[in-house]
Amino acid sequence: MAGAAVLGRLNWQLAEVVEVLDETPRVRSLVLRCPGWPGHLAGQHVDVRLTAEDGYQAGRSYSIASAPEDEHLVLTVERLQEGEVSPYLVDVLRPGDKLELRGPIGGYFVWKESFGGPLLLLAGGSGIVPLRSILRHHAATQSSTAARLLYSSRSREEIIYRNELERLNASKNVDVFFTLTREWPEGWNGHRRRIDEELLREISWPPTERPLVYVCGPTAFVERAADLLVAIGHDPSRIKTERFGPTGT
Amino acid sequence: MPPVSRGFGGRRRPAADPSRIPPGQYATSDFPVLSAGPTPRIPLEQWSFAIRGAVKTPISWTWREFLSLPSDTFTVDIHCVTKWSKLDTVWMGVSLDVLLEATGATGKYVTAWSDGGYTTNIPLGDLTSGKAWIAHGYDGKPLEAEHGGPARLLVPHLYFWKSAKWVRGLELTQEEEPGFWEQNGYHIYGDPWREQRYSGD
Repeated sequence: MAGAAVLGRLNWQLAEVVEVLDETPRVRSLVLRCPGWPGHLAGQHVDVRLTAEDGYQAGRSYSIASAPEDEHLVLTVERLQEGEVSPYLVDVLRPGDKLELRGPIGGYFVWKESFGGPLLLLAGGSGIVPLRSILRHHAATQSSTAARLLYSSRSREEIIYRNELERLNASKNVDVFFTLTREWPEGWNGHRRRIDEELLREISWPPTERPLVYVCGPTAFVERAADLLVAIGHDPSRIKTERFGPTGT
Repeated sequence: MPPVSRGFGGRRRPAADPSRIPPGQYATSDFPVLSAGPTPRIPLEQWSFAIRGAVKTPISWTWREFLSLPSDTFTVDIHCVTKWSKLDTVWMGVSLDVLLEATGATGKYVTAWSDGGYTTNIPLGDLTSGKAWIAHGYDGKPLEAEHGGPARLLVPHLYFWKSAKWVRGLELTQEEEPGFWEQNGYHIYGDPWREQRYSGD
């Protein structure tokens, strides 16, 4: 496995919130200054830890949204209604606050320019976050690898990084396709359904091109996308998946 | 003590017995799915489970042979490195004591291997004396593919990535050989009570 084995112990570090960006009504990006940050690979995540006044702690993992080349470390967090950590990160945290984190973590769901492609990225909801890191790395390295992103959201308002992704779509080597599953604004010219075989065949390279595929999103999205890709004939060993959130089963 | 997070009180869930939740974990009633790559789906007539490598007698069981072995129903707590713990999960499976007794072991370490290419490493001593099973049922039903069916390894006293989904066999070795996540930044042993999440912890 080509990857970044983590050597030595990952210590907790104190980052400072530089800026908080509204991405969608339920999603914010935390721009962090993290002086001891050892660097990361596109697609990795961090553990975040919160401590209450009485010492009680709660921790969760979040994908890194920024590219290794970016000045600041960025986490993009979706508020989960029943969540313990995400409502704090989205609603309470503000510039100047400190945040404990450790990472980077994970050597599997990562992409480096040297991995090549063609690169097929499939995102459902907040599953876009690590794929955005990959796309920013792709842009920062001026990669000649062809990349395509298919991003499924419920509505236009819930598309995270919409402006940035539209800009990327205009650049050479990158194509971005949106699909909305619940609400479509007037004049919407993207796709209008959950991902299915026809849509994947349309936006993907054929299996003979052996695209390197990264799928990230809620479990149902990932299961569906990965099953469809295998059924179409893509090599399972070229499909990397990362699942978000509870399943309720 | 770590710095206090301004304005954080926590949403503590009183339901779970704190003495059963390892450090850094929280109790969930969901059963989240985590796996690397597509879910393999193998027809049962093609399925087999093998124990090979440093053993006295390598053996492979077909699905039918496997199901004819004595199965236990057991209730355990499971702990995922992504921080959720799920208490009192009820499984059905064949104890590894039964399987290893049939083969006899000469190696000290085990690599479990699965459909889809996943591997994980575990010391042999962590799989014996009633500590591990090859599970084929969950909550009274056959184990779903999403959760590792038709059969998965279950080693509840270690982080859940050690409980390899879609398991097809065990390879016994004299030296410990790091598996998939163990080569990708995760701890070689993975004891949740010592919070051995990542290499170096």
